[in-house]
Amino acid sequence: MAKKDLSKKSLELGKCRNRQYWREWFVLKGLTLSGLFAIVIVAFILGFLIKMGMPAILEIGLSDFLLGKRWMPSSPEPGYGALPQMLGTIVVAVGALIIALPWGVSTALYLSEIANSKVRNVVKPMLEVLASIPSVVFGFIALVVVAPAVANIFGLSNGLTALTGAIMLGVMTLPTITSVSEDALKAVPSDYRDAALALGADEWETMTKVTLPAAKSGIIASVMLGFGRAVGETMTVLMATGNAIRMPLKEHFGIILPDYLSSVRTLTATIAIEGSDVPWGSLHYHSLFVLGALLFIMTFIINLIADMVLNKGIEGGN
Amino acid sequence: MLKKILGYGMVLSFFALVAVGCGGSQDGYIEVRGSDTMVNLGQHWAEEYMEKNPQTTISVTGGGSGTGIAAIQDDNVDIAQSSRDITDSEMENAASNNVEINEFVVGQDGLAVVVHPDNPVKELTVKELKDIFTGKVTDWEELGWEDGGEISVYSRQSNSGTYVYFWENILDQEDWANDTKYMSGSSAIYEGISSDKAGIGYFGVGYVDSGVNAVNVGLSSEGPFVTPLESSNIDDGSYPIARPMYFYVNGTPEGELLEYLKWVLSSEGEKVLGDTGFYALTQEYIDVNNQTFNELGIE
Repeated sequence: MAKKDLSKKSLELGKCRNRQYWREWFVLKGLTLSGLFAIVIVAFILGFLIKMGMPAILEIGLSDFLLGKRWMPSSPEPGYGALPQMLGTIVVAVGALIIALPWGVSTALYLSEIANSKVRNVVKPMLEVLASIPSVVFGFIALVVVAPAVANIFGLSNGLTALTGAIMLGVMTLPTITSVSEDALKAVPSDYRDAALALGADEWETMTKVTLPAAKSGIIASVMLGFGRAVGETMTVLMATGNAIRMPLKEHFGIILPDYLSSVRTLTATIAIEGSDVPWGSLHYHSLFVLGALLFIMTFIINLIADMVLNKGIEGGN
Repeated sequence: MLKKILGYGMVLSFFALVAVGCGGSQDGYIEVRGSDTMVNLGQHWAEEYMEKNPQTTISVTGGGSGTGIAAIQDDNVDIAQSSRDITDSEMENAASNNVEINEFVVGQDGLAVVVHPDNPVKELTVKELKDIFTGKVTDWEELGWEDGGEISVYSRQSNSGTYVYFWENILDQEDWANDTKYMSGSSAIYEGISSDKAGIGYFGVGYVDSGVNAVNVGLSSEGPFVTPLESSNIDDGSYPIARPMYFYVNGTPEGELLEYLKWVLSSEGEKVLGDTGFYALTQEYIDVNNQTFNELGIE
């Protein structure tokens, strides 16, 4: 379609048709190429992770790796089961979203729909400052403030739990979710609001029934980004969750539920802890690349699902 | 205009920094890396030495014994500090890189097993420690603290020499308890246990402070149960989990590096060792060092 437009335009321009045409052709191809380049890099990283992880997969077996529960690579009888860490990653990241999503979206709603510009000019930069605090600082706060508080509230002996990690990650993903959601809400045409108000809806109804649903796809995008940040975050989780390698599940009334009140280990934590001194080329070394690939594939699948939801939402909207 | 000046200024100062860095390396720049247990000690040694020898620059970083040993294998640092022995495979790896590693014992560390100050359990045997850290004993009740509840186990991470030492000498290389919390440093373990009544962990005796209680350890239930806080117990070998701390260097140390090594082993270095909470070498280790010096032809 773009090509057609270009040639049509060029025809109208007559004399300088060739120059104009080629200039736009170059811009078009250049943009396409840089887009493709990003894909190539992503493919290269995934390919590299899989290539480096292959020896471990071949020796251990994919199902043992994915479903095994014992991770003891330096033991005389090593175990390479990544399931507890994969579940740990999901449990902590989902917990972070449960905390950050209502908080972030309501902050965004307040900033875009209610707050006057003075308030907004203070709150928004503050949120951005929150995003720029180094994760090791969050980790330290988790260790000395949040963990003891969690222990007190829930009557635990210590507070280095999945919940502590989720709270910290929730705070850390808050700026992402808020600012992307706010942009999405701002992008909703004011006609929508005016029409709703004109039809007799009050402000609250306009916000919850018109503006928010209209910005749905943008809000889902913000959640996607937030989840990516939560899954990939390392330092804070490393310091806050205690890093015990155990299944983060517990049975309540016959239903298996995630266990937020005990220590968990995430994939990123293992890579950070064990990556620095693993003997080069050993089975343990290659198995860490498999963890990296798993992390990559997990975020990829999450993005894919979110993308599908997003597209569906747009179709439904139309 | 102002921006331009600022920009030039920054570039210039960057080059100045680089130049100073180079100058330093000619006069004697020593890079030390490794054990987190020893990072404080290494820094104190370096500061004291640099004060007396301003021409020398010494940089000390942690990262764990494994990190330091990995660096010395590739000849990336001058000294690897380690709180565990170098392994045979690490020696072989170094040899294949044409690095000849020499070992010097520079001090001793009593590995303290620490619990919360409210914990009434003051004595543990080595066997009990093994059972606790492998998860065979999970409740304080079994150790004589009736309402102590579930034991909450803290460990260092696997890149720590302390971890490796503890795992080899206390756990006999068995698996850690399922619920073991792996902490990123001795101070993180300290933070954890000082606020966790059911907690138990371990670290170099230099980190013991009022927020935790170091239990007395005995080889068997008959005792004697000895504390790591008395240096005589480490010196005479009656504390069961004391360990030597090492400097690993590439080849025969000479020049500034040799001076520094000699100073660390001198009475001045020993004083810093004691001030930082570690213990001086026993005659046995002094003999080992002297033998190494003899073999290398150093006076």
